[in-house]
Amino acid sequence: MNRLPRLFPAIRTYSSKTEGKKTCLYELHKQHGGNLVNFAGYEMPVQYTDLSIKDSTLHTRKHVSIFDVSHMLQTHITGKDRVAFIESLTTADVEGLKPNSGTLSVFTNEKGGIKDDLIVTKTDQDFIYMVTNAGCIDKDLPYLQENAASWRAKGKDVQINTLDGRGLIALQGPEMAAVLKGETNINLDELTFMTTSVGKVFGLDNCRVTRCGYTGEDGVEISVDAKHASVLVERLLASKAGMVRLAGLGARDALRLEAGLCLYGNDIDENTTPIEAGLAFVIAKRRRQTLGFPGAEIIVEQIEKKNWKKRRVGLVSEGGRAPRGHIPLNVASPIGSATIGFVTSGCPSPCLGKNVAMAYVDTPYSKDGTVLEVDFGAKQAKVTVQKMPFLKTNYYTGKKN
Amino acid sequence: MAALLLRSSSRLVHLPELITLQRASLSVSSRFFADRKFTKKHEWVLVENGVGTVGITAFAAGALGDIVYVDLPEVGKQVAQGDSFCAVESVKAASDVYTPVSGTITERNEALEGAPNMINKSPLDEGWICKVKLTEESELKGLLTEAEYNTFKEQEEAAH
Repeated sequence: MNRLPRLFPAIRTYSSKTEGKKTCLYELHKQHGGNLVNFAGYEMPVQYTDLSIKDSTLHTRKHVSIFDVSHMLQTHITGKDRVAFIESLTTADVEGLKPNSGTLSVFTNEKGGIKDDLIVTKTDQDFIYMVTNAGCIDKDLPYLQENAASWRAKGKDVQINTLDGRGLIALQGPEMAAVLKGETNINLDELTFMTTSVGKVFGLDNCRVTRCGYTGEDGVEISVDAKHASVLVERLLASKAGMVRLAGLGARDALRLEAGLCLYGNDIDENTTPIEAGLAFVIAKRRRQTLGFPGAEIIVEQIEKKNWKKRRVGLVSEGGRAPRGHIPLNVASPIGSATIGFVTSGCPSPCLGKNVAMAYVDTPYSKDGTVLEVDFGAKQAKVTVQKMPFLKTNYYTGKKN
Repeated sequence: MAALLLRSSSRLVHLPELITLQRASLSVSSRFFADRKFTKKHEWVLVENGVGTVGITAFAAGALGDIVYVDLPEVGKQVAQGDSFCAVESVKAASDVYTPVSGTITERNEALEGAPNMINKSPLDEGWICKVKLTEESELKGLLTEAEYNTFKEQEEAAH
């Protein structure tokens, strides 16, 4: 039974004697009953005592939730060569981005694997704004700084400035716009998915509001001065224009899984290419021609020849045990059952009432509707390959007339 | 303490008996209300007439959060102390449950199939998981008393 996480991983994994770093909302989490765990080196709420993970997930899809994502690394890249610099490390067409718009992209390695996923935004000011994963800070930051130093050594102009300690608050759910409307000078009708603007929010200056998120719902991420972060959260919670609740990492994980979004370290890593991960869309069209990012040749060859050997797929199963990370997937073969893949993450979906998961499987088994056997060790269960997202996403792409 | 024991054992007696017993609670014999025993892996067992009722503690249920699925063991299955014989699952995590005693599964709490979160609502009572006919009663001596378990649990919490 060692395939199952050890007994009560909920207690073991989520407890740690080592004190983590604290975000600017640490005290607020404690005051509001946040159950704090060490995540990516930070003390973060996994849930709040007054709302179960399941209810918090459902609440977010119906109303709106606040997530503290200040642990993520926010960076400004400045200097006149900043666009070419970021393009040398990522798959994004930063040059082609309209001012104040952004895109999901990846840092790649020489094998075409993913070093990290990130959101890169070209602002109308003299910098690029980038958000990368907290769990990757220790490799991303030296990587950025070393590369910038070598660019400078060649006479180029590029600097990396991290926004240390600055708050980042995700407000996610269908009531987001109603909550912010009238409380910001930013025009939310014009702020479409993956665009950004700086303005006043609930009376607080210098908030960068970007329409994006990690739940599949309409939402924004608000980058705010550390000293204003908890005031902003309290004002959001007090809103009468929507039912605003705090949500933790538990709900965030269930929400992103239902929306088919990857968690770095689980569903994508240094050994999966963006193509194998089903993220070909992050390789911008222009970059497929110009190349010039690590592993570009390998990645573009995979796109052209469609010769990837494994593929990330969605899985669903009705009831029973949920497939979770590292559990093998089998098919019957003439000589018994053969393992053709592994689950990378999964959970019982609060919104769908069935189990949802992501996995990598050998390409021949990646077609929609393929039935596979998930091997829990003592027991096996059937799962079906299904296209993601598992539910309809609600990104705001413009005002409908 | 007697009142506490009575309350936590109430599932094992019928209502009329319960009323009588409550009246006479101070003279309840330990023969009828054996002490609940605990493991360091957060299971409990309550033995009566050689049959142990097994469940997980409130601490474990709380750490898992809303339980949405319980993989119950088969009746008739032989288990040895420490075997993983059940799995409980929340949105957050799945966990093995290890049997605190050796024996044969004689009954399972089918009600959990329709209402798995009964384990959260009533971990020591309606949220029981299964019953085991003991083959090694002496194993009980090696388990924790309620007081010992509470001390152990506090240490776990402090380590958090």
